[in-house]
Order: sequence, then C-alpha cells, then structure tokens
Amino acid sequence: MGPVVTVRLLRWVGIVLLLLASSVSARADDFATLVGDLASDSFADKERAVTALGVLDDPRAVSVLQALSEGRLLKTTDGRVVISKIAGGTTRVRDAVTGEDIAGADPDRFDRVIVNNRLRGAIEGALAALTLFSIDRDARLVAARDALRHPSAGEAALLEKAIAVEQDPEIRAAVQLSLSAARLVSGSRQERLTAIRALGTTTDPQIKNLLDEFRAAPDTDPELKKAADAALTSIGNRLRLVSIAANLFQGISLGSVLLLAAIGLAITFGVMGVINMAHGEMIMLGAYTAYVCQQSFRALLPADWIDAYLSVAVPVAFFVAGGIGVALERSVIRFLYGRPLETLLATWGVSLILQQAVRSIFGSPNKEVSNPSWMTGGFDPIGGFTITWNRLYIILFCFIVLSVLALILSRTSFGLHMRAVTQNRPMASVMGIRTARIDALTFGLGSGIAGMAGVALSQVGNVSPNLGTIYIVDSFLVVVFGGVGNLLGTLVGALSLGIVNKFLEPVAGAILGKIVVLVAIILFIQRRPRGLFALKGRTAEAEA
Amino acid sequence: MPALPGGQQKGAWSPRFWASFLACGVALAVAVPAFNHWVPPDSPAALPDYLVPLLGKYLCYALLALSLDLIWGYAGILSLGHGAFFALGGYCMGMYLMRQVGTRGVYGNPLLPDFMVFLNWKELPWFWWGFDHFAYAATMVVLVPGLLALVFGWLAFRSRVTGVYLSIITQAMTYALMLAFFRNDMGFGGNNGMTDYKDILGWDVHQSSTRLGLYIASVLALGLGYLCCRFITASKLGRVLLALRDAESRVRFLGYSVTDAKLFVFTVSAVLAGIAGALYVPQVGIINPSEFSPGNSIEIAIWVSVGGRGTLVGAIVGAVIVNSAKTWLTGAAPETWLFVLGTLFILTTLVFPRGVVGLLRRPSRIRTRAAARVPAGERA
Amino acid sequence: MKTATPLTGALLYLNGVTVSFEGFKALNDLSLVVEEGELRTIIGPNGAGKTTMMDVVTGKTRPDSGEVFFRGTADLSRLDEAEIANLGIGRKFQRPTVFENLTVFENLELALADSRGTWRTLLAHSTSDRRDRIAAALARIGLSEQTGQPAGALSHGQKQWLEIGMLLIHDRTLLLLDEPVAGMTDRETEETAELILDLAKDRTIVVVEHDMAFVRSLGARVTVLHEGAVLAEGSIDHVQNHQRVIEVYLGR
Repeated sequence: MGPVVTVRLLRWVGIVLLLLASSVSARADDFATLVGDLASDSFADKERAVTALGVLDDPRAVSVLQALSEGRLLKTTDGRVVISKIAGGTTRVRDAVTGEDIAGADPDRFDRVIVNNRLRGAIEGALAALTLFSIDRDARLVAARDALRHPSAGEAALLEKAIAVEQDPEIRAAVQLSLSAARLVSGSRQERLTAIRALGTTTDPQIKNLLDEFRAAPDTDPELKKAADAALTSIGNRLRLVSIAANLFQGISLGSVLLLAAIGLAITFGVMGVINMAHGEMIMLGAYTAYVCQQSFRALLPADWIDAYLSVAVPVAFFVAGGIGVALERSVIRFLYGRPLETLLATWGVSLILQQAVRSIFGSPNKEVSNPSWMTGGFDPIGGFTITWNRLYIILFCFIVLSVLALILSRTSFGLHMRAVTQNRPMASVMGIRTARIDALTFGLGSGIAGMAGVALSQVGNVSPNLGTIYIVDSFLVVVFGGVGNLLGTLVGALSLGIVNKFLEPVAGAILGKIVVLVAIILFIQRRPRGLFALKGRTAEAEA
Repeated sequence: MPALPGGQQKGAWSPRFWASFLACGVALAVAVPAFNHWVPPDSPAALPDYLVPLLGKYLCYALLALSLDLIWGYAGILSLGHGAFFALGGYCMGMYLMRQVGTRGVYGNPLLPDFMVFLNWKELPWFWWGFDHFAYAATMVVLVPGLLALVFGWLAFRSRVTGVYLSIITQAMTYALMLAFFRNDMGFGGNNGMTDYKDILGWDVHQSSTRLGLYIASVLALGLGYLCCRFITASKLGRVLLALRDAESRVRFLGYSVTDAKLFVFTVSAVLAGIAGALYVPQVGIINPSEFSPGNSIEIAIWVSVGGRGTLVGAIVGAVIVNSAKTWLTGAAPETWLFVLGTLFILTTLVFPRGVVGLLRRPSRIRTRAAARVPAGERA
Repeated sequence: MKTATPLTGALLYLNGVTVSFEGFKALNDLSLVVEEGELRTIIGPNGAGKTTMMDVVTGKTRPDSGEVFFRGTADLSRLDEAEIANLGIGRKFQRPTVFENLTVFENLELALADSRGTWRTLLAHSTSDRRDRIAAALARIGLSEQTGQPAGALSHGQKQWLEIGMLLIHDRTLLLLDEPVAGMTDRETEETAELILDLAKDRTIVVVEHDMAFVRSLGARVTVLHEGAVLAEGSIDHVQNHQRVIEVYLGR
C-alpha cells in the first residue's frame, strides 16, 4: 500500500502546485476574508464568497462549505465564523479559519448561517470543483459525476484542468462527459456542437434533460438545435434499448429462479401425477441449508475460506432436501397414489409442519445469507443498467441444472425408466421396472433440485420460513402452463412467465402485472387444459 | 339402499331425519341464547357473552365447509379458492357496514369511509353505490360470488379442466384476488380492509342482543344451507354428480351435460360460501384481504376431511371441531397449532379418509370411493 | 367444408375421416356406412383404429378431416358427447365402466331415457312407469337380484351386462359395443351373444371384437380395419378367405 499512497501524494502535491501557479489571487488571508463574507446578511455576498472559495484551492474550504450546506456553520456574537460538529455525543465547535477548538462554547447561542436554494446550488458547484482534485479516487469520481448537475462556464474551466491531470480512465470519462455538458451551456458555437455530439452517445437521463432544455431555449442556433435533436433521438433510442435489455435480463433472472423452483415439481407431477404442496418447503430447506453452511464456515473455518461455503451448500442442500423428499414419499405419498387431491392435502400438511419446525428451530425473523465476494457487485455492459453477478450466476446455475437433468433423463437407465413410468406405468411395471423405487428416486431428485433452488434464492433475498410459499403458486403456474413431465415446456413456461412479468411491471405496476399474468394463465388453461406442451393422444386422456 | 327412480332418495326426508334436524336446530338456536340471556351471568351454566360471536363464527365456517363438501364430496371438484367466495360475500357485507358508519368515522365524512378520506378520495366509486341499503348489499352477497363462480366455472368446466388442474387454477384465482384487494386503489381499504363497524340494520353491532341476533341468523343460514345441499344431493342430480365424480366421460356418453351439472353445484356452493362470509364479518368485526389467502382456502378442505367428505353433516362437525381446537390451541400453545393442523391433514387423508362421521356411521352407507377403485384416468 | 349429401337411408355415414396423434394416423381416410337395423362387427389388429373410430362417432375425438353423419343430417363432428348421446347413440367401453358407488338400480336410473337437463334432473319425480321400465331391464340382463347392490360389487361379467342394460334402457337407435365379451367366461360369452342378437332385433348395433368365435356366433357382416382404413368387408367367410386379411391379421 505504501508506494501507492506516496505516488498519490506526489500527484496531489503536483495538482496543488499547478493550481497555485494558475490562480494568481490565491492567498491565505483571502480565505479568512471569504469565510467572513459567508456570515454576511446578503445572499448575494454569500454566493460570491462561495463561488470564490470554490476556485481558491484551499483544502480548508471543503469542510467549511460542507458545514455550510449541512447547516453546521455558525456565526458567533463577536462575528467569528465557527463550525460545529457532533462527535461522540458531544458537540465540538472550532474556528472555521484557524481550525482551533473553542472550548466551552455553547453552539445553541450562535446563529446559524442561513442557506437558500440558489446558494445551495452554488455550494454544490464549489464543492464539486474542490473535490475534483481530491486525493481519494472515489471522491473524485463522485465529484466528476456530480459536476453534470450544475454545468457552468466556471466549471468548464475547472473540468479542463481536472482532465489534464486525471490518470484514471473511468474518472476521465466522467470528467469528459461533465465537461461536454458544461461546454453545452457555456462554450463557443463549435465547442457546443462537439459537446452535443459527445452527449448524444450517452444514456444518462440527466443529459437528456439538459439537451431538452438547451433545445427548448428560444435563442438556440438552428444548426445546434438540429444537432441536439439528433442527439436526443439517439439518447432516446439507446434508453429504450437499455430498458428493454434491463427488463429482459430481469425477466430471464426471474424466469431462471422460477425454473429452478418449478422443475422438480414438473418431474414429480409428470412421473407420479402427484402435486407436492410441500415442494416450496424443500426450497426453503435448501435456503436454510445455505444459511447453516455459511454460519458453520464463519464459526469453524479461517475467515478467508468463507467464499467457499456456497460450493459446499449446493450439494449439501441437494442431499438434505432430496433425503427429506424420499422420506416424504416413502412415509406418506406412496400410500396416496391414484388420489391426487388427497396427496395435495397431505403434502400441504407436511408443508405446514416443515414451516413450523423451521420457525421453531431458527425463529421467525429473516436470516441473511451474504453473497461470496465473487458474486458481489456487477458490471454495466451498455451503460444504464447493471448486471449483478449473483443473478448472472443463478441464470448460469439454472441452465447447468437443466442440462444435467436433461442428460440424466436421456442418457441414464434411471432416466429411461423414469420416462417409461411417465408414459405408461402399468406397462413399465410389467417390463420389470421397479416403479416404487423409481417413484422414490424421482421424488428425491425433484426435492433435491428444489433444495438447490433454495440455495440460489438465498443469494438474491432473505431466508425466512415462508420462503417456499412465495414461489409455490408461481411454480404451479409454470408447470401447468408448460405442460407436465416436459422439461422443454417447463423451460419455456418459466422464462416466458418471468419475462412477461418484468415487461408488465413498468406498464402496470408489480402487483397489477402479476394479477394480469395470473388471469392470463387462468384463461390460457381454458384453451389448453393440459398445458403448452401437453402429450396428445389416446394414452394422455385415457379413461377408465 | 335402493332409490326411487327419479325424485329424492328414499329416507332423505323421513320423520327420523326431520326429528334430528329440528332437535339440532332447536339446541343451537334456542338453547344457546337461553343460556346466554336468561341464566344469571354468575351461574356456572351461563354462557359468557364473548362465546356467542365465537360460536356464530364457527357456524359461518360450518356453512363454508358445507359449501365445499357439496362440490368436493359429491362432484369431486376440489376448489382451493373457496375462501374467495367467502371473502367476497364478507366484503359486500363489510361495505354495507362501512356505509352505516356515516359521520361517526374518525373523519366524520358522511359519504366516504375513513380509509377513502385518508387516501384523498373525493367521491364514492361507482361500485360502492347502493351499499347503504341492506337489501342491495344482501343481493350483492349472493350475486357477486355467484356470478364469479358462474363465469369462472363456465370457463373451467366447459374446457374440461378437472382434478388437480382445477384445484390449481382456483388457487390462482383466490391468489390474484388477494393481490388485487391488497391494493389501496382498488377502493376496498387495501391491506387494512374494513373494520370499526357501528351498527347493522340500526342495531349496535357491539350489543350482546345484536350478537345473539346475528348468531341466530347464522343458525338459520346453516340450517337452510344444509337443507338446500341435502335436497341437491338426494335428488337424481345428486346421483349424476356422484357418477361424474367417479367416471366423468361415462356420464357424458349417457347424455348428461357434465358442464351444466358442475356449473350448477359450483355456483350454488359459491353462493352459500358468500352468505357464510356475509354473516361472518359483522360477528368478527373485520374483513381484510388475508381472507383470500390460498392457505385459508386449503384449510376449509381439512375441516371437511376431518368431519367426513360426502356426508354434509361431516363438514359441519369438522368445521366446528377443527376451529374449536384452533381457538383453544392458538391461545394455549400457539407454536403447536401448525404442527397439529399439518398432522391433521396427513392423518385424515392417510388413516381416516372417511372422517369422524364416517367412523361413526356404518361403512355401507358412506359413498366415498375406496382407494383401490380409482379410475386410472384421474392419474394423468 | 364441403356439404356433400350423405347416402340416403344410411344410419351412420363416415367419409374420408382422418385422425392423427402427433404424426401417427389413427384413422387414415376411413369410410364406413352402417344401414339402419344392421348388426355389424368390426375386427382388426391392435392400432387399426377401432376405438378411435368409436371415439369419433361418439364425439370424444374430433376428426382432423372427413365427414361423420348420423341419419344423414346430424353432423357428429360438430356435436359434443352429451348431444350425440341424446341423438340416440350409445356406447359401451372396452373396460366395463359402471358407476361403482351407485347401486345397480341407480345406474339404470341414470341411463333411463328421460330429460337430461340439470333442472329437470334436480326436480325429477318418481313414477311407476319408470320403475317398471327399470325392472324390465333388470330382468332382461338378469340382475334383478342385485338391484340394491353397489355396482362396484358386481362380477366382471355382471358389470358388462349392467352396461349393456344401461344402453338398452335409454332406447338408443345405434349401439356401439367395444369388445363386449373381453374377460368373460365361455358361458358368459354365449349369453352375451344371445343378448346382442336379441337387442339387434329392434336397433342398429356395431360390435368391435377380437374373439373370432364370438364374431362368428353373431353371424353378421364384418368390416376389417387395418392402419386406420377399411381393408375388407363382407360375410365372415368372405373376410376369412381374403388374402390381405390373412396376411395382416388372421394368419399371424
């Protein structure tokens, strides 16, 4: 760390020297005068002082301006300007110019320096100017982006200076953008034209507003106006594209979560004709498995191993939920084959018991499962929306699970037997397939996948005993929509439900969108009572 | 038990039936008020005031369970959205009660209920018009659930959605309604629902005499509902329903319209559920969207199972038993209630499929289907 | 849709009927005519389309193409099961399907020719005429003793008879019987053949059957189906000597 700091310090010193050289009037007693002016009764005087402080290049100015904007700049009875600061429960007061503490002063006796909105704008501009040269990279970035909000001639000069010394490419880009915005309001005709073209390549709604304003101004040059129109169209198109991409990503993300939740349900329903209402609780158990793994790693293993907890949680959740699934099949469901409605009720009972058991063990409040570091954060592919790593990994995970399942179904003898039982149970039984064993294993597989789905869900939200009930209705609809016992149907069902939901949300609102989807599915079932990809033919609707 | 060709089943309306029916009716409608009203409060035989609306609530649940047994026990339609019809009936009554509050609300607005004033509504939405008249509200209690059932049932039965598919879409229906009623801008009070009622037909809902009146109304509704269900199930239509429960397509080939028969009982059942909801609301003093939650609707099925499916009486018995247990347990040991309820679901389906009434009756009289005789078609 | 005038006098008329399930053609351009009052047997190997043909006639399956007419006017491809049943077409399934939770009496009661409307069913009355008709049917199928028993408790053969009794009591014009003697003892098979011949005196019957001895005992005109189309038609002796029939079916 040491050398980096040194380099940064040297750069900071360089910037200060540069600024000192460029601003002739910079002197320490100017600072005292300007601070004194801040306490003036005239807002115009205050604004002049704020603007002057912004270009004064005095590091003390930052804290003074911050205090002013936060209402902590006070005026003593004898005309001194002080800053109050609450630290450790007590209020400390120090001189704004010298920085020395004033012991025993009661800040309640001093007048606050009043700020109005116009002044607030000036303060923000001045602070941006000062922080643009901060030693802290994040502060510079924020300042570079902030500068967009109050473009002015003074700022353009400042940003030009900043860009001359800035090394970091991300900050440079931000500064460049803000500079274009500043030139748009203050630059020469040619500069404005260049600025408009540069701004046209962005997706920032703020820039769109800025251009709108510029275009609408009565005295705008027609050529500039035309360029602004073109830029606005291009921004509008890009914003539309970004919103579609964002909805699509969120839709696929929701769809993949639904797919993970529904896929186990689809195969158990397909193979056994059984509706497992406790399926949601298998998801919930998986999520709690992730929580327990995380807690065990935290408690038992070295701190930098924590990122590995997820890779342990996935298989453990599969076996925990799968094992409970097999136990459930052997102890309850197998006695109810051929009575789907009774199965539905009995498994609902199981789900109540599992929920209450988890509530008794872990308590009702939500448990937090944190993302491993490699799943934290995200990236912005086209500007305007962020693809978060956790959601991206869940989509990947979901497709891996789907592919593995498809391979199991098509390539293993277990899969072959499972498909045989799905299509014709009595015949499969006559052929020597042990249908009871297939049922138990299928149920275990379906529940195990639900358990893994739970681990995935723990990465995008909180873990609570009723986690399963949130997804169960949607999972049913996916299965019913896609058609039972059909992986492709489940895939199409889950993704279309997820995407349609997310595209409806901005139009109709989250809840109304959901209601629309529910009603649409209820109506859809009228047309295709057996789902989108239902088996057709004599066997599918055999009647006793 | 041989039946007459056509007409009501022999024995359905025998003197023995009427005697026991009236005995139960009198016990509920006369004895309870008598012990509450005329026995001195300090006597050990006295029925405390708080029990009257509680019993009334159980009777409303019993009527709701009866409505589900009519379609599930006889026609094999397991609706997992029956709570929706109950809640809709309840909302119609709740709207009437809100309009009765008048200027006595917190905001004193003579036209708008408090929650509308709070949400800055300027005028009464059209669907609230008329609810200040009891007769209109009572008509809506029947019409709203009935029409929803008619439309929903027509769509579902016409396209032959059966078995678990039907269960799932009824669940989706009540879920969608729940989400809708949670929204503030629907105009039904959002997630707080409607409460703080003042009076019904001019009587103060908090008065013990009003509560007794509501209780007796519940007894009458349950009694009439029972007779109505018994009339349907003992008729030739009842036999058609049993037949289509077991072999639906066979009934079609005999020339009966399965769609019409199912639609008829489904609608009757929804209306009964709506009436139950309407009587429930003034007795518990609140209606909110959680009544629509899918879990509530599934619970109705367990009342019916515990009592015994396809027996009508069983539904009533089951509703009262399960809900008494719930009242007692959620007070005594709240964390155990879900364990008990869950176990009930498993035991009644696995071990006692015929329920309490089934255990008491001779096996031959029960028309439930034995597990072994299930047509394979239902498994698809 | 073309509106060709079907053959006059034909009770059941199928022309160019095709039904396919996911590429597999269960019926392939099938044409079949059954005259009023005829007793017809239909034979064919598994998958020849016998049951699908019945499904099409009774409205369970809609044909992809082709025409199906009853009495020359009623287009069966546009009606549902209940409407077709009410035209007077009755069907007995391959496996006996009686209402197992209803008594024998109640099974017949539901089948009785009577109004099928939901309201009429709800408010139906008991009359001695109806009782007599049920009693007559019970006697004819030999189940008078079992009248109060649940149908589920009957033997396999008794269930088959009860089902035939249910078709009988509805006064159907056309009966479609799908393997009526499957699973019956020899004695029951003989009795069933007699019952069918008796029934055929006043109605049209189409019997689908595998049991060649039974088909022979009915002595009726035989249609052989193969791969969803008619392969041969004629007397039992004619089809048994038909070269193609021997290849695909009889001589295997």
